Amino acid sequence: MSLSLESYFIDGCEGAESSETRFKLCQNLWDKIKSDTEVLQDELNRKILDSLLDFTRKCSSARQHGDWASQMRASEIPTAALVLGVNVPDHDMTFQSLSELLHQSVTPHVGSVEAKECGALKHLMKRVLERLMDTVVDDDEEEEEETEQTSAQLHQSVHCSLSALCDWYITKTKKSSSGTPGKKRSSPAKDEQQQPPVVIIFKDFEAFNPRVLQDFILICSRYIERLPLMFIFGIATSPSTIQRMLPHSVSSLLCIELFQSLSCTQHLATVIDQLILTPRFPFKLNAKVMQVLLSIFLYHDFSVRNFIKGLQLALLEHFHSQPLSVLCCKKKEALLNVMQLSHRDLERIRQLPSFKRYVEKQESQEQVNLITDDDHLKETCRKMIKGLRKYHKNYYPILRCLHTLTSALPRYPLGKQIRELHLTCLEKNVWENEDYQSAMKLLKMLAKDELIASLCRCVEILKPVKSKKMKSTAVQLEELLAKFKQLDTVVTEMAPSVEDSITSPIKNLQKKTDLFQLQKTLLEMNETRRSKKLSPFEILRNEALEFIDSLVKSHLSPPESQTLHEVCYYSSSATVRRHLNATPRTSIQAALSSPYYYLQNENLKTEDGTVSNTAPDICIAYKLHLECGRLINLYDWLEAYATVVSAADGNDPDSDGYGKVDEVKHARFIRSVSELEFLGFIKSTKQKTDHVARLTWGGC
Amino acid sequence: MTALLQHPGYDEEKLQRVAEQLPCREVQAGLLLSLMGEVDVKVCVASTGIKLTVFHHSLPLQLHHAAVSCVECVSVALLFERVLLSFFGCDAASLLPRSPSLSDFVRIYRQQRSQSPAKQTRYIVMEKAELLRDSDANLLPALLRLQELVGDNVTVILLSEIAWDKFRPNTGCFEPLLLHFPDYSKGELQQILSQDRHPSYSAEFYSSYIHILLGVFYSACRDLRELRHLAALNFSKFCEPVEEGKVKETDTHKLWRNIEPHLKKAMQTVYLREFSPVLWTEYQRLSAHTHVELPFYSKFLLIAAYLASYNPARTDKRFFLKHHGKIRKTNFLKKNEKTSNHLLGPKPFPLDRLLAIFYSVVDSRVAPTASIFSQISSLVTLQLLTQVSHDDQLDAPKYKCAVSLDFICAVSRTVNFDIVKYLYDFL
Repeated sequence: MSLSLESYFIDGCEGAESSETRFKLCQNLWDKIKSDTEVLQDELNRKILDSLLDFTRKCSSARQHGDWASQMRASEIPTAALVLGVNVPDHDMTFQSLSELLHQSVTPHVGSVEAKECGALKHLMKRVLERLMDTVVDDDEEEEEETEQTSAQLHQSVHCSLSALCDWYITKTKKSSSGTPGKKRSSPAKDEQQQPPVVIIFKDFEAFNPRVLQDFILICSRYIERLPLMFIFGIATSPSTIQRMLPHSVSSLLCIELFQSLSCTQHLATVIDQLILTPRFPFKLNAKVMQVLLSIFLYHDFSVRNFIKGLQLALLEHFHSQPLSVLCCKKKEALLNVMQLSHRDLERIRQLPSFKRYVEKQESQEQVNLITDDDHLKETCRKMIKGLRKYHKNYYPILRCLHTLTSALPRYPLGKQIRELHLTCLEKNVWENEDYQSAMKLLKMLAKDELIASLCRCVEILKPVKSKKMKSTAVQLEELLAKFKQLDTVVTEMAPSVEDSITSPIKNLQKKTDLFQLQKTLLEMNETRRSKKLSPFEILRNEALEFIDSLVKSHLSPPESQTLHEVCYYSSSATVRRHLNATPRTSIQAALSSPYYYLQNENLKTEDGTVSNTAPDICIAYKLHLECGRLINLYDWLEAYATVVSAADGNDPDSDGYGKVDEVKHARFIRSVSELEFLGFIKSTKQKTDHVARLTWGGC
Repeated sequence: MTALLQHPGYDEEKLQRVAEQLPCREVQAGLLLSLMGEVDVKVCVASTGIKLTVFHHSLPLQLHHAAVSCVECVSVALLFERVLLSFFGCDAASLLPRSPSLSDFVRIYRQQRSQSPAKQTRYIVMEKAELLRDSDANLLPALLRLQELVGDNVTVILLSEIAWDKFRPNTGCFEPLLLHFPDYSKGELQQILSQDRHPSYSAEFYSSYIHILLGVFYSACRDLRELRHLAALNFSKFCEPVEEGKVKETDTHKLWRNIEPHLKKAMQTVYLREFSPVLWTEYQRLSAHTHVELPFYSKFLLIAAYLASYNPARTDKRFFLKHHGKIRKTNFLKKNEKTSNHLLGPKPFPLDRLLAIFYSVVDSRVAPTASIFSQISSLVTLQLLTQVSHDDQLDAPKYKCAVSLDFICAVSRTVNFDIVKYLYDFL
């Protein structure tokens, strides 16, 4: 299996000699990312899953030794409405872990159904029985030939009812209780297990046919006394859907409890925080790719799973297309791999734009060495790899610090989410950004307690980082903080003098009432305020912010400024976009209107907007149909087609046969028309028999 | 109470038990019993009876009966099988051929009957009988004259919540006896609800609680099941002061003052069934959460769909073209359009129009990617849009927008789009 995967990877791979290593690196990295995301997702879902588990446990125990209230409601089916948000692709994972957890800790009887497999009540019933009883309706082949004739069909439909399930459940529970008669009374926990609930999960509640669901619930409620049923509805929109889909006569059979899951944006924020904003993974995305993935998430699907898939695609593409990605791995490995680089790889390094820039900055002797001496280049590469690593180690903590400082500012000049800040930093020097300047201005007006609080958080971020620079930075910040705290005593002494300086012009103001004088005093006041001596706190604040500013300038430069960044950063946003956000319609239209784009035949090269008459028949027919209105006369179309094709055949325009429709042309025309119909451009219409209707809009 | 239920044919003790289980239905139960006892009377239809379970309780008196729910019997085969199973055991049921016809059923019934003749009347009780009208045309008439067909002492009882006239077959029908179960009156509800009292409180105390409860909810809800649910839900709150020792059980006035605001609040959520006592306070938090978060372009697609559904297509030019010339509302107002489009409900629109409006309301240039189209279909599965025409994509699918004005206003606010400016009704 893995062998075949590898051969796929190696096939058509750039720089084939290192492809095996790259494949291994890629796979290792992906495995790590994948397991990390799974852990992360479990962590995120834990809270809601735990509360769901509690709910099921509570319901089943209340049923068995119920107090008055639960007896009163014994005829209701306990139902958990799980509001999961519209990111439906992500739900699968949640449901899977939910049913696993239920299986482990509450009940062995868990079955989940999806709407698409339950078109009718019969199917829903069958699926439920299949999932719960595991074997009984064991005729998978029969599903295809679901005609009523097969003899087994009747047999199956005999069993396909809830009473069958009920009987099965009773025998099942009896068996287990008779199996351990001695222990039965010893522990109450055991006792609870005697009647484990039967949980049915409806994964996509909205997509179910309401009629089917209503009938199913009605039937279930007939058996609730004998069968401890329990429902879980997976709801994508809002809980009011339940009322919309179930009439009161049905919903009154349920007792619904709501559970709200984490919103997908929060989910994504955590994923980005753990997977992207960390130096743990050597593989990185550049600003554009990141932007593409984020916009797909925010604009199109809200699906975290698809985001991670996008990340996987970028990862694969990077290792596949960039031969130098052998260096995109852990530091030790990378340093080893540098030594094993072939001459061709080294040439590739010499071609890298970032490396060229680096060379230009060196002395002329060094330049010659770098270009000619392979060993010297390897040595330099090792240094650069180390440099790149250090850059990453410092980049993320400082990014987080800057985010904690700016995320509390009014109107979020640098973005509310850390990913926005990350994107700006990736794009260009963040300190040249206008928003950064305004953020700094706002920070310079921050009150003392707020500033101290954010600085404290920065220290907390920096402390656990294993890097000398960050450690010393943390120490410096702590010193600053200590100074802030010392101020408390000093400020109180200083305060009166500061007040004096401000109040003096105001006193003058009260004396004079002349308009000119007033203006003059006001200007004066303005002047004094500007040039006013800074209070010790303000001085310290400026000092702190200048320190932050210097940190930003030294650590948050964009990756493009780093030499050899091409090794780690994947930059082909167009590829990602093409793969993840496909435009089938545009490519079909491109193929039809300019076949050269795909066929690469010199004869097909044409001026803008025209189609060569040697183009494939369908292209000619397409081009001609663009010139028509909503209804196309087939005969006119055929005539036009014949004229174009005759020209291609090289017939003399004056000859008799020119533009005549012969059988071959007719057949070719009919074929291209039916191809166009197949592609959905035209369809036959009943309005006029010899016409077809255009299905696309837009003129020629 | 039991006086009404006396009947020569039945065991006193059993009658007593039935009477206890069926408060306030003495008259109907008595009538039914007399009908069942007298002769092999045929069919009886209980229409608009709220508490149909009556029959479940009254039937233990008899030996032979088959209770069938018409919801559960998706095919007639299932129905026949149920009946045979409960009358003659599973051997008889397995005799049925696959996809049996009515005559198969009759044949096997006759055959079995001759083997095990009935000592008593056999009863077939069919719940939700109105569903029978959707099954085979000959089924309901045949059931109505089942006795003739099988030549057995058998009675069919049809239970339904809708009037017999509404699902009466046209031909071959044998008029059943109708037995109407009227709605419970307030007093009866009080009596029934008071029966399930809490074991640790006195009957009077619970009864006074039910009195208060009915006083608040009776105007809004007369469904026994719902009322019982509400009673269970709010009782713990009601006895709180008693348990804390602040109020005596007999001090109804204080208890009323304590519970009343609480019940008023519960009134808002009657019929919703959306919480259990634990979530009582959490419910408010969640209801604020009921707005739906959608991806950016989905929001615009939904807005476009709403506009397409509620604006006449003629007016698109005025709303979405920059130089539309001078068209005033009065000029293009047609007579029949004077009524609000919002009163008439959403109108279907073709996909083309949806996309055209979408491209003009969304600011940036959007490529017509596959995911734009798949967002339309996910909106359909989320039931925010509904597809009106059939599934054929080639045939210019039509949609309707299924969200309310409030919803769409909330959505457009999040993307800074003033939807009211684009709605014809609010011009």
